[in-house]
Amino acid sequence: MTQGKTIRSTCPYCGVGCGVLLTPDGQGGLDVKGDPNHPANLGRLCSKGSALGETVGLGERLLRPRMGGLDVSWDTALSKVAAKFKETIETHGPDSAAFYVSGQLLTEDYYVANKLMKGFIGSANIDTNSRLCMASTVAGHKRAFGTDTVPGTYEDLEEADLIVLVGSNLAWCHPVLYQRVMAAQEARGTRIIVVDPRRTASCDKAALHLPLAPGSDVALFNHLLTRIVDQGLVDDRYLTHVNGFDAAVANARDNNDLSVTGLPAEDIEAFCSAWLGTKKVVTIFSQGVNQSSSGADKVNSILNCHLATGRIGTPGCGPFSVTGQPNAMGGREVGGLANMLACHLDLEDATHRNAVAGFWNAHDLPTKAGLKAVDMFRAVESGQIKALWIIHTNPAVTMPEADRVRDAIANCDFTVVSDITAETDTARLADVLLPAAAWGEKSGTVTNSDRTMSRQRPVLPVPGEARADWDILADVGRRMGWREAFDYETPAEIFFEYAALSGVAAKFGRDFDISALSDISAQEYDDLAPQKWPVSATRQGGRFFADGGFFHADGKAKMLPVTHRPPEAKTEKRYPFRFNTGRVRDQWHTMTRTGLSPRLSAHIPEPYLEIHPDDAADRNIAGEDLVHVTSPQGRAILRAKITDAVTTGQVFAPIHWTGETAPSGRIDALVDSVTDPVSGQPESKAAVVNVTRMNAAWYGFAVSSDKIGPDCDYWACATTEAGSRVEMAGLKAPADWDIAARAMFGLDDTAECASLTDPATGMARLAYRVDGRLVAALFVSAKPMAIMRDYLATLPFDADHTFLSGRAPLDMPDAGPIVCSCFGVGMNTILNAIENDGLLSVDQIGSALQAGTNCGSCKPELAELLASVQRKEAAE
Amino acid sequence: MSQKIVVIGAGMASGRLLDHLTEADDGVFDITLINAEPRGTYNRIMLSPVLAGEKTYEQIVTHDDVWYRDRGITCHFGTKVDDIDRTAKVVSLIDGTQIAYDLLVIATGSNPFIIPMPGHDLEGVIAYRDLEDTQKMMDMGPDNQVVVIGGGLLGLEAAAGMALRGVDVTVVHLMGHLMERQLDPEAGALLRASLEEKGISVCLEAQSQKILGRDGKVSALKLADGTELPCDLLVMAVGIRPNVGIGQKAGLETGRGIKVDDQMRTSDPDIFAIGECTEHQGAIFGLVAPLFDQAKVLADTLKGQAAEFKQKSLSTKLKVTGCDLFSAGDFEAGETREDIVLRDPSRGVYRRLVLEDNKLVGAVFYGDTSESSWVFNLIQEGTDVTNLRDALVFGPAFVEHSAELEQS
Repeated sequence: MTQGKTIRSTCPYCGVGCGVLLTPDGQGGLDVKGDPNHPANLGRLCSKGSALGETVGLGERLLRPRMGGLDVSWDTALSKVAAKFKETIETHGPDSAAFYVSGQLLTEDYYVANKLMKGFIGSANIDTNSRLCMASTVAGHKRAFGTDTVPGTYEDLEEADLIVLVGSNLAWCHPVLYQRVMAAQEARGTRIIVVDPRRTASCDKAALHLPLAPGSDVALFNHLLTRIVDQGLVDDRYLTHVNGFDAAVANARDNNDLSVTGLPAEDIEAFCSAWLGTKKVVTIFSQGVNQSSSGADKVNSILNCHLATGRIGTPGCGPFSVTGQPNAMGGREVGGLANMLACHLDLEDATHRNAVAGFWNAHDLPTKAGLKAVDMFRAVESGQIKALWIIHTNPAVTMPEADRVRDAIANCDFTVVSDITAETDTARLADVLLPAAAWGEKSGTVTNSDRTMSRQRPVLPVPGEARADWDILADVGRRMGWREAFDYETPAEIFFEYAALSGVAAKFGRDFDISALSDISAQEYDDLAPQKWPVSATRQGGRFFADGGFFHADGKAKMLPVTHRPPEAKTEKRYPFRFNTGRVRDQWHTMTRTGLSPRLSAHIPEPYLEIHPDDAADRNIAGEDLVHVTSPQGRAILRAKITDAVTTGQVFAPIHWTGETAPSGRIDALVDSVTDPVSGQPESKAAVVNVTRMNAAWYGFAVSSDKIGPDCDYWACATTEAGSRVEMAGLKAPADWDIAARAMFGLDDTAECASLTDPATGMARLAYRVDGRLVAALFVSAKPMAIMRDYLATLPFDADHTFLSGRAPLDMPDAGPIVCSCFGVGMNTILNAIENDGLLSVDQIGSALQAGTNCGSCKPELAELLASVQRKEAAE
Repeated sequence: MSQKIVVIGAGMASGRLLDHLTEADDGVFDITLINAEPRGTYNRIMLSPVLAGEKTYEQIVTHDDVWYRDRGITCHFGTKVDDIDRTAKVVSLIDGTQIAYDLLVIATGSNPFIIPMPGHDLEGVIAYRDLEDTQKMMDMGPDNQVVVIGGGLLGLEAAAGMALRGVDVTVVHLMGHLMERQLDPEAGALLRASLEEKGISVCLEAQSQKILGRDGKVSALKLADGTELPCDLLVMAVGIRPNVGIGQKAGLETGRGIKVDDQMRTSDPDIFAIGECTEHQGAIFGLVAPLFDQAKVLADTLKGQAAEFKQKSLSTKLKVTGCDLFSAGDFEAGETREDIVLRDPSRGVYRRLVLEDNKLVGAVFYGDTSESSWVFNLIQEGTDVTNLRDALVFGPAFVEHSAELEQS
């Protein structure tokens, strides 16, 4: 591997699909810059992308195959996998096997996995974690357009005059798109309206925030549809490309109860008049729409409005789904969902099936859809599925009823897990653990939210015995007896085959056609520039549907009569709160990579529950208290964050914490397995819960230069520059803190302990030195502590006894929790600068402190800090 | 007419009294000072730095001949009082001098306690009280062995001072840890370790049985367990006894000391007493702070100003370089007592605060005594420390800091 040479690749996090310039630093790390030539980001990066270099270390990596906890050879491991799958299929039929894969897979990996399962094992039991993310959009698109097609491109965000964010915290979840929107707002005054039950960072520059009741999107957009009609804004010319208009409108009129939205009439009016009065409108939607038992209907209610007005497929117009994973779109295209075949072809369609079977030279393709994620794990639980292969995803954490799913996987006859680390809740359950190559080591392609296919290129050597996923999958395919079908030597070969198959699909009138790339050279594949599909002899990228051209048999779109359905779970006396979930700015999924970065981990180091001040007061919950969150399905313990960003009766928790980082913060354990009947996507944002204050006997904060292994009722661990930090609490204090602390820190009796104890108040503080260097410390109190955690986490090696004060030396300012990850600027530093230097704008903060001047992801938080100082000054 | 005041004794209480009485220079008082030592007041507690070679005797004299002359004080040094005729209000000295008084102040201090064990009267058995004793210790050097009986403040300062001169010193202490009246066992152990690092041997729970001699001169200390500790000099620093002799002889009411009221008046309204010779509400005194308070109270009383002596919590500092310790108030454990303890053994830091009813009642600091005066003040003031509690042991700056953090 050439060191020091800069490689163009693609960021592995969200679905924006930013181009990155990667330069190895020669010590195993990477210098990361945004690629100015990539059309998705034009050089921008968010905080997560900027910190990629901090996540490629080998500390947590799985480097050798393991069986039963022991290292084994690849030959042993894959023989076992092949034999077990073969035996299971022969004994119990193809549907006793399943693959659960991920939007982390590259298209080439996905293609081989899909081909192996659907083409040769003969089951459609391959589903992907995109089911938790995008399935409702896929279903909505297919119902309206005939295929799963994103009509627009990112440029539409810059050409729109109105951008409506529905169930999307774009500022935190797709920060680079948000920065593009911000730049457009600066340039042309784009109006932003946010439709979200919760006030998020994305509301910062919004003209209007509609905090609608969870799940009531259909009611709102149905109303908008009637207003479109009443206002005479229906595009009759465009309606010639659309079926179902009358039924959809009639249905909307029949179901016009707006009270379910809980919104004031004037807000609804303001929203409608903005939408009606602005021709160039883009409606961006994401998980707030998708993760719902009426997710597909919500999607169609949005699509209906764009179809009725013809505001689709033209510059600055259209519905726009933004995806959560780097290759969620690639997975959809390949056929990684249980109800798809390949290249947007349909499983149930015999001609499609036969064409693909012929292309693959396969027999026995499944004739019906496989099990979607929730059903798949139910089948694992019931024992119907006996051989399960999980690739690059963590269902033991992320599936609804996560505890139940975890137990189901643990009890499965044979579970294979491919991952880059053994340290995940799911990997710990594997019978065979396969070390996969990581981002930075892999070669292949991904597709982002606007159909741009980009290359991921290797920049670091593959460590240990790790192998690329396509290679592992193909090896198993060969070992199962399908030598020719899986005789791949490079990802390029797979891509060419895939591109050729898309040409077959195109003959059936499918949208996804990249057949022009099927006969490029290996070098051209290596050099492939980012480009939007389709890439065929007749079409190159661009938008869809400006002039119709839909993919239903008659070439028309379909407007659907959709009716508001509230979330399945109903709040009631025992579970009075609606439980919303989502992402935080600097973490991604289950933190297996972002959690390795000290600066990303500094932003929000602990799982939390947003709760309205009135609800908190009712329950005697104070800020920094821990709370029990219970649902009929499970329980969690989270830190209370009292804020009016949520309305009364609603609470919110982030999704990222796991058994590895905060065992009581596995919030999907609280979520019921309710799914959308069309898409099979779980309703992850509308469980019902109760919230009570945890009567902890003690609260603790620990820092260590090493990993920390706490054993208590509540703990949450985060990576720091110096090692790690942990928040803790327990219902009963250990008899001897020194013994407990040494066990937790893995320190023997030779470590010297400095301590401060006040047994009467329950205070205990212990700091440990080895060879005179401070290596670990534990702070315990009977109540939540106000100590300088960010300072303590630095573990100053020569600290004296005043370290036990929990405060920085008096001459050292307390920067406070990190707000700007890129430059490590803390909240107190920012607040002091605002107050003392009279800063008046986010830009001035940037000039003074650099905060917000790199990725800009923290700008909404800077604005909030500014506003808080201004509110305080106004009150004084 | 000025008042004739006669002061017996020129120790530190007396010196401070004279400072107060003469600060106005108004000739109200006609003062006569009698001292058994052939000199005026010096800072006795600074004898240890003199022994350690850190100061000279001249540097610790607080009141020299010129000082007395300038203030018109008549001095009788190197002589003793023979009797007090309370009826005639006359003091007789052993040389026959008769001095009449209107008001008499007894400040005869204390005598070191000499354990009356066999051999205590051998040559080379000394106490640690005055300049003469100090000089004998300063005469010791690297070829000498010295045993100090008593691991209290004075004994340890004596031991440390001689150790600095290269003397082979052994401290023999009856109790289980050093300075048990000022330190808890843990701080005592830290102190022992620091002293041992300075080359001082420490024998705890050691019962002295007899002093062995040769040619009338001390040669060893024999312990009850049979151990013999050879020595050229034996220093007894096992406590003091108030010097009540002259008061008793004069028929004043005495207990362990000469009994005084809150104005330092004895049972004779014209006779006052201050310093280590006194007993106030059953207590006797060995540290300098209350003596100074007494001197101030008496000065005010003599000037006709209302004043009363109140016993306060006391604090102690050991003047041994490298053994910084501080002790104040009461730190016995008790049902109603709560302890805050800071331990940093590898850096030699130990702090213990004792609270009762949310107030500080005692403190022991070892190793780093930087916040001790603030803590001592909280003890004396009886401040409620509920809200300072978490940061208390780190001192005022941290307490303030902590309050800000709580608010933010």
